[in-house]
Amino acid sequence: MSHPGKKISDTDLEKLIGQLLRYGVLLSSAIVIIGGMAYLWRHGGEQPRFHEFKGEPEKMRKAGPLFRAILNGEGRPFIQLGLFVLIATPILRIVFSIFGYLLEKDYLYVLITLTVLAVILWNF
Amino acid sequence: MTILFFTIALFVGALAAGLLGSLTGLGGGVVLIPLLTLVFRVDIHYAIGTSLVSVIATSSGAAAAYVREGITNIRLGMFLELATTLGAICGAWLSGFLSTSFIAVLFGLILIFSAAISFFKLGDPVSTGEGSPLSRWLKLNSSYPTPEGEKPYIVKNVIGGFFMMNIAGVISGLLGIGSGALKVIAMDNVMRIPFKVSTTTSNFMIGVTAAASVGVYLSRGYIDPGLSMPVMLGVLLGAFLGSRILTTAKTSSLKILFALVILVLAVEMMYNGLTHKI
Repeated sequence: MSHPGKKISDTDLEKLIGQLLRYGVLLSSAIVIIGGMAYLWRHGGEQPRFHEFKGEPEKMRKAGPLFRAILNGEGRPFIQLGLFVLIATPILRIVFSIFGYLLEKDYLYVLITLTVLAVILWNF
Repeated sequence: MTILFFTIALFVGALAAGLLGSLTGLGGGVVLIPLLTLVFRVDIHYAIGTSLVSVIATSSGAAAAYVREGITNIRLGMFLELATTLGAICGAWLSGFLSTSFIAVLFGLILIFSAAISFFKLGDPVSTGEGSPLSRWLKLNSSYPTPEGEKPYIVKNVIGGFFMMNIAGVISGLLGIGSGALKVIAMDNVMRIPFKVSTTTSNFMIGVTAAASVGVYLSRGYIDPGLSMPVMLGVLLGAFLGSRILTTAKTSSLKILFALVILVLAVEMMYNGLTHKI
């Protein structure tokens, strides 16, 4: 290879991305398990109602109301927080890559990665 | 049936889906939606949202391992994510306007297609050489580790592959699956890259593609924590166990069995869609 230095920093970036993905999944699973236990403790005896679509209330869709519900000790919003962490993991991976490409001075890929990030965040 | 029992049953079902999906390489997502809609009678919108969440979980978990091995072509993945994320958002947006029956029928068709494609593994015609100016400009040509050392390869037909990825993204956002089969086809047959690179790079992209459409599903209220909790944990554990067994178990007969299960589920989905039971 004609760029030995570049290859090394690429591998470092790959290692970092790998770790980020793993810890993101582990952290979100832990939060989901804790929230799940609280949810089953409070609602385990009730009847499930998933046959028809009702749509989730605002506290399951927006960060502010979600945190208020968690402070009330509710289990379902806590699970949702875990899901937010899970969804954030690949998005954070993109952010990491932007910095990685900046360090490598690969501005073409900085631009490509920024565009992907913008497309994803556009909908949240 | 109480929520406690429902949650445990879902967890066990998702565990089986994740295990079989990872052992056969077909992914757990393809059976999750039929499982949720046909067996647990969950509304298809909730099922799609739940499936997307578990797709992010398994692809991130698996990508963590592959990326460290240096097989994934990260630049190629990043570039093609432009296509898949744009497609995914269009697909997620579309799904709000299409009838659930139509989605069910389309899902059945994609299910059959994905299962069939896994049996027609074409040769692995890897190209070497200079590569097109576009593939060089985008630095897509790379090398991957093999038992005989690093092997170089070039990426062909960049624009064709980009459009195929766009379609894969639309399907992913519309149906809430990873659509890994379509991604692998785009990379194998159109861009002509080695099979090992295409599968790991596809997996690397699936999480980001799903994250793009999950925003739409989340804001429409399709992501339910009570459903996602057992399904995500079950699929994740199943996929993890599958990756542990994978090295020792013989999987060809399992693959046929799983493909038959998928076929039955696909027909059932289409029947329910056509008779407007979904």
